[in-house]
Amino acid sequence: MEPDPGKNQLIYFDNAATSWPKPAGMMGAMGYYNEMIGGSPGRSGHRRSLDAGRIILETREVLAELFGIDDSLRIAFTKNATEALNIALLGILHSGDHVITSSMEHNSVMRPLRFLETQGVQISVVSCSGDGRLSPEDVHAAIRPQTRLLVVTHASNVTGTIQPIAELGHIVRDHGFLFCVDAAQTAGALPIHVDEMAIDLLAFSGHKSLFGPQGTGGLYIREGIERHLRPLMMGGTGSRSEFEVQPDFMPDKYESGTPNTIGLAGLGAGVRFVLTEGVEAIRSKEEGLTERFLKGLASLKGIAVYGPPDAASRTAAVSFNIAGVSPSEAALELDERFGILCRPGLHCAPAAHRTIGTFSQGTIRFGFGYFNKDEEISFALEAIRSLAAGD
Amino acid sequence: MIEAPPYAVFLFPSVSHVLKAEKILKARGTPHKLIPVPRHISTDCGVCLRVAVEQQGLAAEALQGLVTWERMVLL
Repeated sequence: MEPDPGKNQLIYFDNAATSWPKPAGMMGAMGYYNEMIGGSPGRSGHRRSLDAGRIILETREVLAELFGIDDSLRIAFTKNATEALNIALLGILHSGDHVITSSMEHNSVMRPLRFLETQGVQISVVSCSGDGRLSPEDVHAAIRPQTRLLVVTHASNVTGTIQPIAELGHIVRDHGFLFCVDAAQTAGALPIHVDEMAIDLLAFSGHKSLFGPQGTGGLYIREGIERHLRPLMMGGTGSRSEFEVQPDFMPDKYESGTPNTIGLAGLGAGVRFVLTEGVEAIRSKEEGLTERFLKGLASLKGIAVYGPPDAASRTAAVSFNIAGVSPSEAALELDERFGILCRPGLHCAPAAHRTIGTFSQGTIRFGFGYFNKDEEISFALEAIRSLAAGD
Repeated sequence: MIEAPPYAVFLFPSVSHVLKAEKILKARGTPHKLIPVPRHISTDCGVCLRVAVEQQGLAAEALQGLVTWERMVLL
């Protein structure tokens, strides 16, 4: 049966922005916290405060398992990947430092870096290929004696292009500076192992492929780095209350103020879902949907597709344009006529659009997710064919 | 003869550390209890982990290398 927007049968293809639907367990975990616990973690010694703390610890532990992190307390929770990246970039870079990044970055990396540039930090933006790939050789060539950090997205939020993270990580490790990875698009969708990939700082979003609620994310900080990483915020942590200086240990140094316990309860359930299903199975399903879509687009006239041609080199985010139809017009038509929800425009990544040649009009982005179905892809291809034909 | 104190408490940097230690001891089946930090030991307003004094060595061995504690005090 085909989806019918008139009957509110929508097709959700905006998973690269935030995943939907969420696993059933997510709302259950949030409801359980709200109805049965409700305490403030780390702020009191009573049973409900401790139960709230246990929920947060469990979420840390399942994330540590997912990312191959030995000590779960190396993860600091944030409200999203953007906050995690800001802690990493604003905390580690000082005037006189040099930082390397790619031309496919999201503004969550580019804007803090452009601010830091005004503070005396030198920036090298390594150009990627037209399909968004970053060459490790080009990164190697950009290294200077003052290089302090390489910050790179694991996969582009525009084209889905997957970067060679492990190879980049080992180049960085060999040269003795730090490696920060933006895993907003990949945490839960692709295998990530912080040791095998030589990642020092891993920023992740909780509400995309980890199936948590919005308002959740985090930053993994390799042991020892916290000694040189300023916190973005300071305040009450529930620990060392007798002192007026910020704690210097993980995770409290970066977790001031009452945390989003209800959100982290939901994130824990989302990550348990990922672990139960298996990242490999999730990846296989999403790669299959992407491949089906790419093959279908290739058979249509008047369609430009961006990013690597093969589904194996990309996540489930696909950018394309329809000749003669602007991305915003196409998205409106897709929504109103076909009930297909997607995201047009620049996707907060102007550098990436310059790299692939779509600045300033942008692209139409379909972000597939684990819960999408083959028949939704077929229906969408027919809708795109119809728009391209001017029907 | 001085009677041995019945309990030992482990003091940790934060509640996150205490709860991690609790999880480790729970998995090992080592009897323990979380209690507010006794005022005469520290002015910190958090919780600490109490074990019977005869379990102190086993508990320390279980936690070693997995979670850091700041002090161990006999009650």
